[in-house]
Amino acid sequence: MIERALVVGAGIAGIQAALDIANSGYEVILVEREPSIGGHMAQLSETFPTLDCSQCILTPRTVETGKHENIRLYTYSEIDSIQQDENGDFTVRIRRKPAYVDWDICTGCGVCQEKCPFKVESLFERGVGTRKVIYTLSPQAVPNKPVIDAENCRYLQSKWDIEAGRVPAVDAKGNPAKPKCGACEKFCPTGAIQWDQTDTFFEEKVGAVILATGYDLFPQSRLPEYGGGKIPDVIDGLAFERLLAASGPTAGKILRPSDGKPPLEVVFVQCSGSRDPERGVPYCSKICCMYTAKQAILYKHRLPQGQAYVFYIDVRAGGKGYEEFVNRAMEEDGVIYLRGKVSKLFREGDKVIVKGVDTLSNRTVEIAADLVVLATAVIPRATNPQVAALFGVPCDENGFYCAANEELDPVLSIAPRVFMAGTALGPKDIPETVAQASGAAAKVLSLFQKQRHAQSQAQGVLEAVGD
Amino acid sequence: MAIPYFPGCTLSTKASGYDRSGRAVAQALGLEFQELPDWQCCGATFPLSTDNAMTLIAPTRLLRQAQEAGGQMTTLCAICFHVLRRTQNFLQEHTDVLERINWFTEEPYLGQVRVTHFLELLRDQLTWETLRANVSQPLKGLRVAPYYGCLLLRPPAEIQLDDPDDPHILHECLEALGCEVITFPYQSECCGSYLAVSKPTVPQQLAQDILASAQHHGAQALVTACPLCQYNLDYPQQSVRGWAIKPLPVLYFTQLMAVALGLPEQVWGMEGHSVDPRPLFEPYRATVA
Ligand SMILES: Cc1cc2nc3c(=O)[nH]c(=O)nc-3n(C[C@H](O)[C@H](O)[C@H](O)COP(=O)(O)OP(=O)(O)OC[C@H]3O[C@@H](n4cnc5c(N)ncnc54)[C@H](O)[C@@H]3O)c2cc1C
Ligand code: SF4
Ligand code: SF4
Repeated sequence: MIERALVVGAGIAGIQAALDIANSGYEVILVEREPSIGGHMAQLSETFPTLDCSQCILTPRTVETGKHENIRLYTYSEIDSIQQDENGDFTVRIRRKPAYVDWDICTGCGVCQEKCPFKVESLFERGVGTRKVIYTLSPQAVPNKPVIDAENCRYLQSKWDIEAGRVPAVDAKGNPAKPKCGACEKFCPTGAIQWDQTDTFFEEKVGAVILATGYDLFPQSRLPEYGGGKIPDVIDGLAFERLLAASGPTAGKILRPSDGKPPLEVVFVQCSGSRDPERGVPYCSKICCMYTAKQAILYKHRLPQGQAYVFYIDVRAGGKGYEEFVNRAMEEDGVIYLRGKVSKLFREGDKVIVKGVDTLSNRTVEIAADLVVLATAVIPRATNPQVAALFGVPCDENGFYCAANEELDPVLSIAPRVFMAGTALGPKDIPETVAQASGAAAKVLSLFQKQRHAQSQAQGVLEAVGD
Repeated sequence: MAIPYFPGCTLSTKASGYDRSGRAVAQALGLEFQELPDWQCCGATFPLSTDNAMTLIAPTRLLRQAQEAGGQMTTLCAICFHVLRRTQNFLQEHTDVLERINWFTEEPYLGQVRVTHFLELLRDQLTWETLRANVSQPLKGLRVAPYYGCLLLRPPAEIQLDDPDDPHILHECLEALGCEVITFPYQSECCGSYLAVSKPTVPQQLAQDILASAQHHGAQALVTACPLCQYNLDYPQQSVRGWAIKPLPVLYFTQLMAVALGLPEQVWGMEGHSVDPRPLFEPYRATVA
C-alpha cells in the first residue's frame, strides 16, 4: 500500500484531516476546487458558543496547511478520474483549472486586483459584496494567489472573440484588432499573467482517500413564500455572516443591502426549508438554532438600539454550553423569541413585511422589518453524487454520503480505504466536523501503521531466521 | 363548440351575475356552455378524511353526469372546481374507493372525466391571442388587481393550474382585455372563506388588509374567480360600520370580459354588488349603433 493519502475538499474538515496525517509523517495530496482553502469557515464572523473570531482560529491552520512539507496542495482543482489497482492503491488524475496567472512567479502583491477596473458580484460574499474579475477569496487567502474569472474578463473575452472571428479582424483604421483591457498584465510587476493557460493535469498515487466536500445552503429561489431571493433585504445566514465579519464587504458594520442603512428591526427565520418534507428538506439542519442565536447576539452588540426577533419551531441547542448560549440571547441581549412559523414575506415600501404566528400567545404576528435573515437548510453539494460515484461511495436519499454503519463506523464508507468527514456526511457544526476529521485521519493512519507494523514484524522474523 | 358546464349552487343564487356574464362571454367566444342535466351541490369542501367514501358521492355523481355529457366539464366557481378536480384526481388514484362508490350509486363512473376551470379553457384551448382579437372595447387605463385566493390554485400539486406563489392566469386574462394589471402582495392570501358564517370578524379583518393593500398599490378594482372571495371582500364594505377604507369594487373576471367584448349591460350581472362597479365602466361602454 502506498503510504500517502488523498483528501478531497479543503474546508475545516479536509484541513484538519490533512494536518493530522501530515503531522504524523505521511504525505497528503489535498485537492480543493476553490482558489483558496478554508471552505465555509472562512466566511464566518465569530463562532458559537465562545464567540471566537473565525478567521483568527482558522488562519493558523490554513497557513500551516499551505506551507506544510508533507502536504501537496492543489487548489482551483478537481478530481478528473481515478483508478484503483489490484493492491487497492489509487491513481488519481487531478485537473487544475486555468487561473491565467503563473502562481510560481506571482508574489501575491495584489496590484492586479487593485488595477482591474471591473467588479462583479462575489459568491464568497453571498451577494452582499463584490470582487474584482481577477481575485482571491479574501485578503487572508491561502494560497494568496489570484485567479481570473474568464467569463467576466474583458481581455479574455475580446481575445476569444477575435480568435473565433466573432469581431472583424481589423478595426476601423485598418489595424489588426487587439484584445481590450489587460490592466492586470500591464501593472503586474513580475509578469505573472499568462493568457494562454489551459487545464493542467497531474497524476498522483495514493493508498487511502478522505472525502470532505462539505455543504451548501438551500437556495432562496426555492422559497417563493419568502420572496424567492428577489427581495434584496431578505438574505441567508452566510450573507449575514459576511455583514458581521470584520473582513467582509461592510468591514463588520451591519448595513442592509438595499440602501446601506443600519437595520433597526431584524427578523431571523429558523428552519427555512428545514424540517419541511413537502417543500424543503425533511431533516433538521442542526446548526441553525445556534448560529441564529449567535447572529442575534452579535447584532445586538453592534446595534444595541435595534430589535432582533427569532421565529423558531423549537430550539435545539444540544451541546456543551449551547443551551446557556441561547438563554443568554433571550435574557441578556433581549432577543425576542417567537415560537411559530413565518408564512409569508413581502416587500412594502422600504420594509419587509413578515407575517407569522406566535403559537405561545396563539396570535398572528406581523412585523415590518428592515432586514430578514433566513436560516436556510444545510444541503449537500450538488456535485456530491459525481464525487461519490468516482469513489464508489453511496449517497443517502438527501445526497449526503452514507457511512458503512451510521452508529459504529460513522467515517468509514463501504468502499475499501475511502473515508469521509464533516458536513459532506450531514449537517454539523465546527467542533463535530473537526472531531470527525481527526477520526477519519486516525483511520487512515492506522491503515498505514498496520502495514508498517506487519513489515517490521516480517523484518524481525527474517532477521531471526538469518541468525 | 359545446362544453358541458356545471354552474353549482352559488352561481345559481347569490352569484348569478358571475353565471350570467360567464355564459354570455362563452357564447360570444363560440364556446357554448351546456348545463349538466339534473345536477346537485358538489359538496362545497373536498373531504379531508380519506377513508369515508360517503363524502365523495356528491362530486362523483357530477363526474358521472359529465361522463354522460361527453367526458369533460367546466366550472366558473373556484370552489366547485377545487372539489371536482381533486375528486377527479383522487378517484383516478384510489380505484378501490371508486369501486365502492359505484357499487353504492349503481351509476358507474369510469374515472376518465377531465374537470377544467373556465380560465384554463381560455388559456389552453381558446388562447389569450384569440381572446385579445375578440376584444372590441379594450379596458385601457383601468387598473385592476387580480385576487386569486386559495382554492383556485392550492394544493398546486393536485390542482396544477398555476403557481400559487407567482400566479399568472388571471393576470394574462386581464392583460388580454387591455387592463393595466397590478400585482399586490395579498393576491393569493385567504379571504377567510366559510368563517364568514361562524366568525365573521375574521374575514372582515382579512378583507380590510387585502383591500387596503390593493388600493395602496393603485388598484381601482379587485378581480376574482371565486364567489366566496367576492362575497367576503365586497359585502362587508357596505354592511360593516367603521370600515376604514374607501369603497373598492370586487368583480368577476367574466364581468370585465363581458364589457371588453362589447356585450350589453344586461349580461354584465353587476346589479347585486355591494360596491357598484358600473361607474368604472362608463368610459368603456359599447356605443350602441
Ligand atoms: C450561517 C452559518 C453560520 C455558522 N456558524 C457556525 C459557528 O458559529 N460555529 C460552528 O461551530 N459552526 C458554524 N457553522 C457551521 C460550519 O460552517 C460548518 O460546520 C463547517 O464549516 C463545515 O466544514 P466542512 O469542511 O465540512 O465543509 P465546507 O466548509 O463546506 O468545506 C468543504 C470544502 O470542499 C470543497 N469541495 C466541495 N466539493 C469539492 C470537489 N468536488 N472537489 C474539490 N473540492 C471540493 C469546497 O470548495 C470547500 O472548500 C455555521 C454555518 C452557517 C451556514
Ligand atoms: S484583463 Fe482587465 S478585466 Fe481581465 S482580469 Fe485583467 S484587469 Fe481585470
Ligand atoms: S500583480 Fe502579478 S504578482 Fe501581484 S498578485 Fe497580481 S498576478 Fe500576482
